[in-house]
Amino acid sequence: MSIFISMIRKETLHLLRDFRTMTVVLIMPLVLLLLFGFAISTEVNNINVVAIVERHTDDTRQMLEKFRVNPYFTFQGIATFNEVEPMLRAGKTDAAVVLRYDGARLCHQIIVDASNTNTAQTATAYIENIINGNLEIPIITNTLYNPQLKSAYNFVPGIMGMIFILICAMMTSVSIVSEKETGTMDLLLVSPVRPRTIILGKIIPYFLLSCIILTLMLLLSYTTLGIPFSASVLNVIWVTVVYIILALSLGLFISTLASNQVTALLISGVLFMIPVIMLSGMMFPIENMPVILQWFSCIIPARWYISAMRTLMIQQLPVSYIIPEIVILGVMTVAALLLAIKKFNTKH
Amino acid sequence: MKNNDIAISVRGLTKRFGSFTAVDGISFEVRKGEIFGFLGANGAGKTTAMRMLCGLSYPTSGTGTVAGYDITRQAEDIKRHIGYMSQKFSLYEELTVSENLTLFSTIYGMSDEEIKVKAAEVFRTLGMENMRNSLVKDIPMGWKQKVAFSAATMHTPDVVFLDEPTGGVDPVTRRKFWEMIYKASSEGMTVFVTTHYLDEAEYCNRISIMVDGRIKALDSPQGLKKKYGAENMDEVFRIVAKDARRGN
Amino acid sequence: MSNAIEIQGITKKYGNLTALDNVTLSVPQGMMFGLIGPDGAGKTTLYRILTTLLSPDTGTATVAGLDTVKDYRLIRACIGYMPERFSLYPDLTVDENLHFFASLFGVRVEDNYDLIAPIFTQLAKFPNRRAGDLSGGMKQKLALGCALIHRPKVLLLDEPTTGVDAVSRSEFWDMLATLKKKGITILVSTSYMDEAQRCERIALIDKGRILDANTPEKLVDGLGKNLYNASAKEMYPLLGALRSLPDVKDCYTFGATLHIVTEDGFNPADTVRKLSQMGLTDVRIYPAKGDIEDLFIKLAGNEE
Repeated sequence: MSIFISMIRKETLHLLRDFRTMTVVLIMPLVLLLLFGFAISTEVNNINVVAIVERHTDDTRQMLEKFRVNPYFTFQGIATFNEVEPMLRAGKTDAAVVLRYDGARLCHQIIVDASNTNTAQTATAYIENIINGNLEIPIITNTLYNPQLKSAYNFVPGIMGMIFILICAMMTSVSIVSEKETGTMDLLLVSPVRPRTIILGKIIPYFLLSCIILTLMLLLSYTTLGIPFSASVLNVIWVTVVYIILALSLGLFISTLASNQVTALLISGVLFMIPVIMLSGMMFPIENMPVILQWFSCIIPARWYISAMRTLMIQQLPVSYIIPEIVILGVMTVAALLLAIKKFNTKH
Repeated sequence: MKNNDIAISVRGLTKRFGSFTAVDGISFEVRKGEIFGFLGANGAGKTTAMRMLCGLSYPTSGTGTVAGYDITRQAEDIKRHIGYMSQKFSLYEELTVSENLTLFSTIYGMSDEEIKVKAAEVFRTLGMENMRNSLVKDIPMGWKQKVAFSAATMHTPDVVFLDEPTGGVDPVTRRKFWEMIYKASSEGMTVFVTTHYLDEAEYCNRISIMVDGRIKALDSPQGLKKKYGAENMDEVFRIVAKDARRGN
Repeated sequence: MSNAIEIQGITKKYGNLTALDNVTLSVPQGMMFGLIGPDGAGKTTLYRILTTLLSPDTGTATVAGLDTVKDYRLIRACIGYMPERFSLYPDLTVDENLHFFASLFGVRVEDNYDLIAPIFTQLAKFPNRRAGDLSGGMKQKLALGCALIHRPKVLLLDEPTTGVDAVSRSEFWDMLATLKKKGITILVSTSYMDEAQRCERIALIDKGRILDANTPEKLVDGLGKNLYNASAKEMYPLLGALRSLPDVKDCYTFGATLHIVTEDGFNPADTVRKLSQMGLTDVRIYPAKGDIEDLFIKLAGNEE
């Protein structure tokens, strides 16, 4: 058996023996996808609305009918002005629409429970939309790329960006550092095995694991989550592979800095995970951040990866639209890999 | 019923893990103020037995008292009346000597006033007033041992458990450490100690040797040497433990 | 015959701490050489330099004629190393560990079977047991087996017997004796002074310095001069009483008795009388034969 195969076999055995970690690693990405896709939705559904109508006319009746038939609203009926505030306070309703006549002109007022600002803003916008449909000048909105405004697969690029950092960087660094802790790394280093074989022997099993996870995630995304399937999936795959290699290099780099597993976990957690979640554009749009954080987000690999994935998976645009992202990811990968190998070979 | 002369007493103490009997019905008594050596081959069940005596694990069957408290029903009381020191973990390296002593005394429920008085006494008797604010990691091994022992005994426990307290320690420091044990014992503290250094076994008043979960020999060092016709404890141990099945 | 290990003036510092202070030592080929010293004496640092894991600040070292800095890749095929802590994969079985280490050196487990046969027959009882579930003594034997798998010329064992019971320790030393007969040079460190007797030559090391190096017999030669055993019914008071006497230079516990180091012209009979007057009973004082521990105590005392 060649040294290389033997290293990989050993690492695979470690992974298989640690059944619990393995299960978590394989199941977690899928659970996250489903969770973000279905349970945690930024769409606002079932907004409870009451109406206060001063004087019933054909116009108001027409307006109320629109609320009644709109799937985003649950129309709860007509209320008096005095009833509204207690209802909002008790959470029995989310918003109230006041319709009254200023002379002959129909005016409206929206009273909304803003304890959840997100819901409040969206609800207001929806209501405005419906009411404004009555205006003489129609506003034509045309949503591209995600015409149904479904948030189900908006999160897929973000979760992929997070998962691969987690699995590659965190698991690789922890597994290398644990060998340092038990002293087996010393035995490997004093054997004739070349450091690069040790590195590859450590990295490849995690690379393969990541590929399995990628396959599972893509299957789920293109079937259950309903991302439109097209030839761009090939681009998704190879860009992700670059990103996986980058994450593995970062894990290797962390392992050269950390002397124990806790440090490795903290470094990969604090330095990579949190910025990935907060600053990569996965949760919060980068454009809304303070300028300093926007600059800072540029050095976070996940930012570029997620942006590339959005373009490829959701916008379904050809690869020529993500050349900057690919170049940046490529440069980062080479730099991280060189740095990690150099640090790994340094003797003390 | 509390017997005034007995510090530790166990009857038929047994611990099973599934089908494996780690400790198999051991019975013995340790007198107050005695230095009791608890020897045994690797895997003989010493650690398991010691954990039961310290109230860290319940016996499967059998009874016992430590410092007058029942090991199954009064485990919490036991913990307050014993001290524990092991080679693997004994002090916080990043804290100063004085911070360590305060920490452990507080854990054992001493008041601030008591701690102040007692710590001053410890520093005086050890002659290490100048080290009280040094970080533990910066002081020599020999001093660390003394501090660790003091930390385990500041609250004047009835029984102190020492789990391989001298592993890897140089001969000079080992001896200084044993002198502390002698002193503590002469002041009435009961000392329950495990070690792999068989010359240290000679310092004990009585010794038990555990083999495969049972106590195979229990006597004074002189008595054991006589019984097995051996010149020293090393030879005694070899004779008693040579049939050990476990660990091989 | 050339030396298997040659260490010339090696110094290694970690910040302010001098781990090794101008250490010079040579181990002839085929010898069982003991490095005796307590924790923190610098033993592990020396091993890390010899195994090429660490470079010395100053000085040079060769193992099997190869320089530890320049020829580090070549050295690695010639040495078998057993680090201080248990350093095998606890989640792999006995067999998997052996085969893995064999593959690192490009050999098969069967290739050097004669070397590891005594270990292997003991381990053969449970080939599928995870290494982490073995007893302390068995773990050490497996680690030794893994270190031997490529038939190294030099075996570097860093405290192989720490935390292992006396019977297993003794078995382990028997195995080392067999390996020595097969021509393997062994450098073994220990903090158990009694194990020094099992070595042909030993070096005493403390605080990064070699205190002395010679055969165990030569080292303790002459140590018996002015060295006595003392015992009484009341051992702890005896210690204090002896220390208060003017012609007692040092007094320390030593197994069942106390050892006393005296000035020239010490009279045992007189002292027994004096001690009995102090209220001690059954006092006996008789000449003692010094051993490595006495030597260490003496040398460590001179250092301070």
